[in-house]
Amino acid sequence: MTTRDWLLADSPTSRLQANVGRAYRVFTALLRNPLSVLGGIIILVLLLTALFAPLIAPFSPTGQNLSQRLLPPSGVNWMGTDELGRDIFSRVVWGSQITLTIVALVALISAPLGLLIGAIAGYFGGWIDKILMGFTDIFLSLPKLILALAFVAALGPGINNAIIAIAITSWPAYARIARAETLTIRNAEYISAVQLAGAGPIRVIVQHILPLCTSSMIVRVTLDMAGVILTAAGLGFIGLGAQPPLPEWGAMISRGRTFILDQWWVATMPGFAIIIVSLGFCFLGDGLRDVLDPKSEGKS
Amino acid sequence: MSPLLEVENLRVSFPTHSGRVEVVKGLSFTLGRERLGIVGESGSGKSMTGRSILKLIRKPGEVTADKLRFDGIDILDQSEKQMRAIRGARISMVMQDPKFSLNPVMSVGEQIAEALMTHQKLGRREVQQRILDMLTAVRINDPERVAKLYPHEVSGGMGQRIMIAMMLIPEPELLIADEPTSALDVSVQAQVLDIIDDLVTRKGMGLILISHDLALVSRYCDRILVMNAGRVVEECAAGQLAEAQHPYTRGLLAAMPVIDETRDELPVLDRTQWAGT
Amino acid sequence: MSALSLKNLDVSYGETKVVHGVNLEVAEGESFALVGESGSGKSTILRAIAGLAPEWTGEISVLGKPRSHGVDRSVSRTVQMVFQDPYGSLHPRKTIDAALSEPLAIHGIGNRGERVEAVLAQVGLDQRFRFRFPHQLSGGQRQRVAIARALMLEPKVLLLDEPTSALDVSVQAEILNLLKRLRREQNLTFLMVTHNLPVVSFLCERLAVMRHGRIVEIADVAQLKQGELNEPYSRELLAATAGA
Repeated sequence: MTTRDWLLADSPTSRLQANVGRAYRVFTALLRNPLSVLGGIIILVLLLTALFAPLIAPFSPTGQNLSQRLLPPSGVNWMGTDELGRDIFSRVVWGSQITLTIVALVALISAPLGLLIGAIAGYFGGWIDKILMGFTDIFLSLPKLILALAFVAALGPGINNAIIAIAITSWPAYARIARAETLTIRNAEYISAVQLAGAGPIRVIVQHILPLCTSSMIVRVTLDMAGVILTAAGLGFIGLGAQPPLPEWGAMISRGRTFILDQWWVATMPGFAIIIVSLGFCFLGDGLRDVLDPKSEGKS
Repeated sequence: MSPLLEVENLRVSFPTHSGRVEVVKGLSFTLGRERLGIVGESGSGKSMTGRSILKLIRKPGEVTADKLRFDGIDILDQSEKQMRAIRGARISMVMQDPKFSLNPVMSVGEQIAEALMTHQKLGRREVQQRILDMLTAVRINDPERVAKLYPHEVSGGMGQRIMIAMMLIPEPELLIADEPTSALDVSVQAQVLDIIDDLVTRKGMGLILISHDLALVSRYCDRILVMNAGRVVEECAAGQLAEAQHPYTRGLLAAMPVIDETRDELPVLDRTQWAGT
Repeated sequence: MSALSLKNLDVSYGETKVVHGVNLEVAEGESFALVGESGSGKSTILRAIAGLAPEWTGEISVLGKPRSHGVDRSVSRTVQMVFQDPYGSLHPRKTIDAALSEPLAIHGIGNRGERVEAVLAQVGLDQRFRFRFPHQLSGGQRQRVAIARALMLEPKVLLLDEPTSALDVSVQAEILNLLKRLRREQNLTFLMVTHNLPVVSFLCERLAVMRHGRIVEIADVAQLKQGELNEPYSRELLAATAGA
């Protein structure tokens, strides 16, 4: 029996095989969509770049060389150099680490938080719902960037505070989705059945409702990643995010702004990086939506 | 008299991971101005048969037939535009659940009027009169009031009667009723079917009644086709259902509990014998 | 001692009262049917007994013990429910094994693997179904799983909410046979909601006819079989069925 047969077996012999088999089916379905494959490759390249940044980058991201200021792209400096003579390619490569950290931490903080708050509000309803959702609505009614700005201004500039600020501003959208999904799920008969078996509310929410919300959440988080990167870049651009000399892409654009007419590459190169990575997350998210949509479940 | 509907070697197939799968496998029958029942369990292809007559099978589904003629017209040759002129006007279809078939933001009267106006040009007063007559014909007591109601304001049985009124007002020659009563209570079921039966006989229409319920079909039809796994396994006159020959039909009949049940165990179909789906 | 006893039961959903003053005794080991048309309140009674419709007044006793409103861990080991729609009653992301183990995990009962295997055998499902997802099963197989899940905690009373009305005739026969056999083997008490009188005749001993939230008549199945129901409404229902 080949691995493939084992994965696609009609009658799996263990819970592990059943779950791995399902994941494999999702994966193969994803592979059939060229755009999502492209998105996946972009994200993979981003991951590898971040991981092997010291090996890939030819120069130090912070090492200044004032005799090499503002050189155009060439065989030595692929993306040119900036106003302090630093190699832009090396900075973009190192910057991927910062971008990835921001993305990962924001996802890890805001998605579970939103998921839990939304599921609790939806499951219990009544005044719990009113309070939690009122709170959520206050956050939702303020523009994201402005709110993040306010938080960073209060917490002090810096990359960590930027992450916290973005996470705080992005959970309400997830809470809304999780609540909407929970409302449709909570009256389902399979939920009644576990309630009848004696399961308490925590067990019902965590083990039975959340697993059904996660797929739409994964899709939404992936699609939002582009926005997160842009917000982080925006904060960096204003000077409230990553502080110099950290090679954060938004901050790099900000500094390149001064020379944008004469030395276009200083601002453009990190801009490309932002666009490509954002697109990658969007493509992957779209592909995931098609394969994870619960409505397409069962038509296998 | 030439038959109203001729079907020969009808095949409907859908693509799956493991190639195309036929859900209707070579069905043939002819229909005059009579009441034909098609009975089968889920997955037998009975609904697909009804839909393919109206050319309602969507891509990637595929319909082929040696002959699929309605009143001499080759259905498979008709363009989508030509089919629209046939659907509703000459062949109508009543679906299972009125809740999903009625437009929630139009009043009942408006919807019936629309069904009529798409196929005929009539004066306003005449349309109004026809609607009220039709609602009366489906035994709605105060048609003026009901015509002004919206779908969510009527009960399931009433909704299904309104659907029937909508389907019959253009006076089609053939009515296809796909499980018209399975969403309804038993007592309402009989009423609705009586109405269909009455109108069909009075206007001399053809009727295809698609259902999973053998007893119901045998009561309201002249002739019965029993389908299993895409094929007709038995064709008989409704009155002779009790003498059905095919083991599948006999199995289905036996599996139904009866009101004065004395059996301790119901006989169960041996599925391996007709391993279809 | 009666398995289920309802005294003067009123059930409401928010402002609207859907069940009015129902009195009912179901003996231990009995199979009792609640019959009526949609909206008659028959399913609501079931949900109130199960604890899924907590807004009720009156008294509900299970095996002599009055039960609280809402879902209750101790009641869950004596009363379980089988739902109507086999497509909606199984969690779409959990394997059959996970669905059947869950009640055991909640109550901290060990030996789960063996118990799941045993219950699958009881409901006539092959072991190869154990690690499948619900969408890989047919309607009849799903309903067998739902029955198996209800049996996991070895309850005394099963509440059956139209357990076969979504199934094909031949599958219905299989499920009815299964329910009858399980009841005999485990001495279960059934309270079944249905609109199908022949099913009552096959599976039950007594029935209550309901209309507009009230019980119209309580009768023996023998009366049903001979067509000797007393109330006009019961006769109407019978006529609608028998006419077919």
